[in-house]
Amino acid sequence: MGVRKIYLDNNATTPCDPRVVETMVPYFFEHHGNAASRNHPFGWEAEEAVDYAREQIAKLINADEKEIIFTSGATESDNLAIKGVYEMYSRKGNHIITVKTEHKAVLDTCNKLEKHGAEITYLDVQADGLINLAELETAIKPNTIMVAVMWANNETGVIQPMKEIGQICEKHGVLFFSDATQAVGKIKTHPRDVGVHLMAFSAHKMYGPKGVGALYVSRKNPRVKVTAQLDGGGHERGMRSGTLNVPGIVGFGKAAEIAMQEMDQDAARLSALRDKLEQAFLHEMEEVYVNGNVAHRMPHVANISFKHVEGEGLMMTFNQEIALSSGSACTSASLEPSYVLVALGLGDDLAHSSLRFSLGRFTKEEDVNYAIEAIKKGVNHMRDISPIWEMYKEGVDLTKIEWAAH
Amino acid sequence: MAYSNKVIDHFQNPRNVGTLDKASKSVGTGLVGAPECGDVMRLQIEVDDATGVIRDAKFKTFGCGSAIASSSLATEWLKGKSVDDALKIDNMDIVEELALPPVKIHCSVLAEDAIKAAITDYKKKNGVEVADEATVA
Ligand SMILES: Cc1ncc(COP(=O)(O)O)c(C=O)c1O
Ligand code: FES
Repeated sequence: MGVRKIYLDNNATTPCDPRVVETMVPYFFEHHGNAASRNHPFGWEAEEAVDYAREQIAKLINADEKEIIFTSGATESDNLAIKGVYEMYSRKGNHIITVKTEHKAVLDTCNKLEKHGAEITYLDVQADGLINLAELETAIKPNTIMVAVMWANNETGVIQPMKEIGQICEKHGVLFFSDATQAVGKIKTHPRDVGVHLMAFSAHKMYGPKGVGALYVSRKNPRVKVTAQLDGGGHERGMRSGTLNVPGIVGFGKAAEIAMQEMDQDAARLSALRDKLEQAFLHEMEEVYVNGNVAHRMPHVANISFKHVEGEGLMMTFNQEIALSSGSACTSASLEPSYVLVALGLGDDLAHSSLRFSLGRFTKEEDVNYAIEAIKKGVNHMRDISPIWEMYKEGVDLTKIEWAAH
Repeated sequence: MAYSNKVIDHFQNPRNVGTLDKASKSVGTGLVGAPECGDVMRLQIEVDDATGVIRDAKFKTFGCGSAIASSSLATEWLKGKSVDDALKIDNMDIVEELALPPVKIHCSVLAEDAIKAAITDYKKKNGVEVADEATVA
């Protein structure tokens, strides 16, 4: 009997579904061709496989195949969307609106553009993680070219009001880009339905392989163009040069097909398990807080703070067996707590105390049951050795203590 | 990043967790760090008034595994030492003993600060002059 290993970190990456792996294998050796080789069967086979995957992915998001550009992942898609639109539409304006809780692939790209003359507005979020629509609308100016708001947040699972944002963008004639990496394949994400013009996503967050992603770019009403960020052979209709990752793309396509068939049942099963986990902590323990809006949230995600316990230490009580993430500063190289939780207005102390649970297709009920017990035990142990838990229990007002800042 | 076996050992079997009577004249208490910074360490010593030797030491820590291991190790080292020798414990000794990586050095600094703060508190209670810079808590 080995050590039990429970993976509750599916927002970091999902396991590649064995059915996906199976479809990829022939494309490494038997059908190893370059999809751009136009003059022999090896190339034709590869091209055909890519076309088929493109169709599978387009179907999942209810788009046209020609609207899918393959990339190396969501980071690249985010870069291509933001930098590509900024360059392409520079004559129209230089202002981009985004949100403080976006992924670093969006925020750092915007920071970079700021140094090159872009004007960026970073919207705050409310305490539940949702943006304020009125604030968004007043932030739009004549020189605004794009609004970039993620579909679902990677740390809290909070889902933004996509349709309403789309309507505001439409009304003011600005492009709407969404990083939908955490949402595609898990909930319905049809860009055209909600007025999204560009959408980034990644295979490894939806049970596909790592290192392959896509950018959806609307081709009609409106026809959107992005300036290529990689120069070369002009693949992907000139928007993304580089030999296509055929096995990766084939796997991405299969992952999309499976997601389309199983998304609803996965979501129903996982939200029940997630709720069970959350309720167990809320009902059986003191000083437990759920972070982010629980009504507008991904079905498999829970972000929970266990007050007076530090997240990294807590994880050490069970990390031989259970994998998950924390917003604690002690887990980050920068020694800053999660900027997403801080943007929600959480005190730093609660941000340090947070755990992110993200369940997935391969999470079993017994895994969740085991995790509940192990984490309760860990929290209780850490509280037993926590000086601030002791003070809290003695009725000391922790906010009145003069802490030695360091 | 993987933890050293010594960190894991102290983390899994922390030595001297607990609370001493902070009102007692022979007990010195050091409380350092802040919840906002993600680490709070409370270290207490009980000194034999006649010999000046640390009879007992206890800690409680809110922080990462390395912070907990650092404070656990510190209490082990403190017991049986004279107050003056205890002042000589340097955070780099802790770093070395626990093989802490660079990002965790501040956890050992916190432990050294806690030792100094506990000793300062003890000395103050007993009317011994203390240099100002040692007053950390
Ligand atoms: C919201 C979001 N955007 C972008 C990324 C980056 O994706 P990739 O690893 O495919 O570059 C991630 C994954 O960490 C994510 O969660
Ligand atoms: S207490 Fe935060 S890194 Fe050690």
